[in-house]
Amino acid sequence: MTENHHDVTKTFPRYSATFDEFTISQIQRAAATGIYDIRGGGTKRKLPHFDDLLFLGASMSRYPLEGYRERCGTEVVLGTRFAKKPIHLKTPVTIAGMSFGALSAQAKEALGRGASAVGTSTTTGDGGMTPEERGHSSTLVYQYLPSRYGMNPDDLRKADAIEIVVGQGAKPGGGGMLLGQKISARVAKMRDLPEGIDQRSACRHPDWTGPDDLEIKIEEIREITNWEKPIYVKVGASRPYYDISLAVKSGADVVVLDGMQGGTAATQEVFIEHVGLPILAAIRPAVQALQDLGMHRKVQLIVSGGIRTGADVAKALALGADAVAIGTAALIALGDQSPDLAAEYAKLGAKPGTYDDWQDGRDPAGITTQDPELAKRLDPILGGRRIANYLSVMTMEAQTIARACGKSHLHNLEPEDLVALNMEAAAMTQLPLAGTNWYPGKAGF
Amino acid sequence: MSCARNTRIFDLGASTLRELNSTLQQEGAEGAWEIHNPAGRHSLAVGLTQPVSVTIDGHAGYYAAGMNQRANVVVNGNAGQGVAENMMSGSVHVKGNAGSSAGATAHGGLLVIDGDAGARCGISMKGVDIVVRGSVGHMSAFMAQSGNLVVCGDAGEALGDSLYETNIFVRGAVKSLGADCEEKEMTPEDIQNLTKLLSKGGVIDIKADEFRRYGSARKLYHFRVDNASAY
Repeated sequence: MTENHHDVTKTFPRYSATFDEFTISQIQRAAATGIYDIRGGGTKRKLPHFDDLLFLGASMSRYPLEGYRERCGTEVVLGTRFAKKPIHLKTPVTIAGMSFGALSAQAKEALGRGASAVGTSTTTGDGGMTPEERGHSSTLVYQYLPSRYGMNPDDLRKADAIEIVVGQGAKPGGGGMLLGQKISARVAKMRDLPEGIDQRSACRHPDWTGPDDLEIKIEEIREITNWEKPIYVKVGASRPYYDISLAVKSGADVVVLDGMQGGTAATQEVFIEHVGLPILAAIRPAVQALQDLGMHRKVQLIVSGGIRTGADVAKALALGADAVAIGTAALIALGDQSPDLAAEYAKLGAKPGTYDDWQDGRDPAGITTQDPELAKRLDPILGGRRIANYLSVMTMEAQTIARACGKSHLHNLEPEDLVALNMEAAAMTQLPLAGTNWYPGKAGF
Repeated sequence: MSCARNTRIFDLGASTLRELNSTLQQEGAEGAWEIHNPAGRHSLAVGLTQPVSVTIDGHAGYYAAGMNQRANVVVNGNAGQGVAENMMSGSVHVKGNAGSSAGATAHGGLLVIDGDAGARCGISMKGVDIVVRGSVGHMSAFMAQSGNLVVCGDAGEALGDSLYETNIFVRGAVKSLGADCEEKEMTPEDIQNLTKLLSKGGVIDIKADEFRRYGSARKLYHFRVDNASAY
């Protein structure tokens, strides 16, 4: 025994894995305010994702295409089932629904310009269609939402396709939320609401419940739009096999499946982080549902939620999707999270890469705001150029991978081109664990 | 039934729904139409944009006169779910009863129901005037934003739940009020407005001063934790 017990070597100070720094700050915040945390964006937790898959590429048993010479098609046609005028896109990377209200008019215009430049579509959101958005989008998908804010049959007829929104990945089962700070005079007028109040959109459609009703609702919309426009049905990923089956049964031309990595303008943190499936886990059951109904490639599947690169695009398509949609990634391409804004983010208690207070309308990048001074910071022409650049890069990246796999079109990518890096991804996708021909649930190793 | 001169007849026993709607939606459709043999068909006379007068001679299914603009549509019978949903202008008159979600999200125009309306009458309404001669079911005027809902009979549970700026007038009993809905004073101006609404709805035997008015308490307009129990 030593004489001086103060000399005994001590262990390092240790943080709890259960009560980590962020968890402690959550408890402290809840105790101080008495209200749950509301923020924008999607889930921030680590999830099984496309990074857990790899392409095999061609070698002895497969024949690659020449990287810069041989054609690799990227075009996609959406809405071939019932619509008289299907959507023709040059790239399968589309822009997801984001509202004017959640985003500034400049940001919506930039998305339209960028998408149009590369021949893809953009999508309205809760709150209706602005003339700027329609004017700058060569192909515009009009969202038909539970709130029906700004829902107008004239705009419905102006759209190139109609997306009936049942749910979104960030909050399956939840309605929209736009806090008073962002309800400007123009947003309020479009939504027929008093200016400056908190606006909570409905989570259920007001005039239909369930797939039997939805079938009639879709017929009504087709009757109003002369059976011309493709009807999409968008669901948040939760029970994809059944939800996709029922959407097909209801008469959808296109189904949109949004994983929990998908963003939102504003929702409770607890909802964003704890409800829904990661997109990786949702694609295979959705494709299975389409195949079981004999509708794969007849009813097209668009997937979204955490799509970032051409590799993600290629993997989603190889798993059976026809196209993808990007939201958060498009905002980053516009300038969200820019290191140039570090000083301004610091004033809001954030850093580039962590900013998620999209709900409070003080976005220094001028994207998730209705403040005219902040919104002016985003040049819609330059922003459109950045979106077009980013979409082109993703498309070329996906082509690079497809050619390496010997495919003359992105849609020729198939599950056989992929392996899973770990057991979780193998189980969710039923792709073989890398180096084996086995996945969990399959007999034999 | 006898027809006025120049009334054109469309027989759904002999033609399709698509033919009916595309005919009524066309420019040059102006004038009076009668639809025979509707047989409860869904989506009758939807998406009209011309100032036509359409009489559906019988019962209609879901979404009759949906998204109406400028047309005047009469249902000589009952109407199913979502009659006149998202109407922008014009008028829809149901001579019988209406199903649930009558006038849902409608932005303008006039919806008159001579009988009763089901649940969620005027749900999320955005400027339409609705006059119901009978009673309305539960959750009527749920999240209703603007316009007027007039109920000459009774209202079911949770009337006006999460209401914004719609005025609700009820003559009979209200089973219960929904979150943030409260009774308001009937001012002389309200009496005047209601008198006009009743007259527009063809209700001439009932006086405006027999009604009570309900509106938003506006306590849920900004989220406050002290009001959390109301949500």
